[in-house]
Amino acid sequence: MSNSRGNDRSPRPAAHPERPPDGAAVITRPAQAGDLDAIIAIDAEVTGIEKTDYWYELFQRYGASRTRQRLFLVAETEGAVQGFVIGEVRDWEFGSAPCGWVFGISVRPGARLAGLGTRLLGAICDGFRYAGVSQVRTLVARDNALVLSFFRSQGMMAAPVITLEKALEP
Amino acid sequence: MKLQKSTLLALYSMMEFARYPDRQIPATEIADKYGVSAHHLSKVLRELGRAGLLDSLRGVRGGYRFSGNAKRVTLLEVIELFEDIGARPDGPGGEASDTERALASVLSEIDEIAKATFGSITLDVLVKQLEMRRPRAVSTELAALPV
Repeated sequence: MSNSRGNDRSPRPAAHPERPPDGAAVITRPAQAGDLDAIIAIDAEVTGIEKTDYWYELFQRYGASRTRQRLFLVAETEGAVQGFVIGEVRDWEFGSAPCGWVFGISVRPGARLAGLGTRLLGAICDGFRYAGVSQVRTLVARDNALVLSFFRSQGMMAAPVITLEKALEP
Repeated sequence: MKLQKSTLLALYSMMEFARYPDRQIPATEIADKYGVSAHHLSKVLRELGRAGLLDSLRGVRGGYRFSGNAKRVTLLEVIELFEDIGARPDGPGGEASDTERALASVLSEIDEIAKATFGSITLDVLVKQLEMRRPRAVSTELAALPV
């Protein structure tokens, strides 16, 4: 799954030969530089676009110079990165009291249906709580049914905000 | 947003069946609960059966039983068996005016949001929400404690 990093083009989860074995221990931890290749590969598999420079730059801001308000986490089974989540606490933006924003979450298609997305979201929510906020938000394309359903299954509901946009004339 | 009566009955019924997937429930039981005619409800249940969401069980203790996958079936799938929430009646007639087109684009925006919302909520998610909202039973031991 993936949210604001692009729509999920991967097939629906199904039995997969590379799926981590049932009961494999899942570790969620802060992302490290050595995880970037796996993160880039997962994102490319899910979105169909490889964004190497983007992820390195993002890691500089959210991984290498991590603060209590910026979180970049990975989920690992048997030493392999299977998914990641990234987000931050934003204060008073859009007229909103400080809250945690999840702006990227993704799990390798072959590793889905094992609760990794739930673990990642739970881990980042723990981080947000530790940072002192009590609300978490995200933004999902409305045609991204898979990710919308995932967040719904985690108890998330429509926020009292409306996203607006317009095309900029040249 | 207003859904047609048959659509609402279908959603209420599917919630009953998804909450108790092992039970076979007579149409009359659901009709009584929601205060509707069993005849009307039977038509709705037959449609849900044709869509493969319910099994019809005959006999004295007949009824219906859930046969879908509550983690996969969305509210939108149930709704679209009975109505097209994006369908709008034609304007006053003739070619649409600028005003009609402007208003239609606003209504279409609302429809898209409604569809995305219904399409993202499965029966399972709604059942879990329902369970969370139900007041938890207090054990007799706890209830006996002084306040």
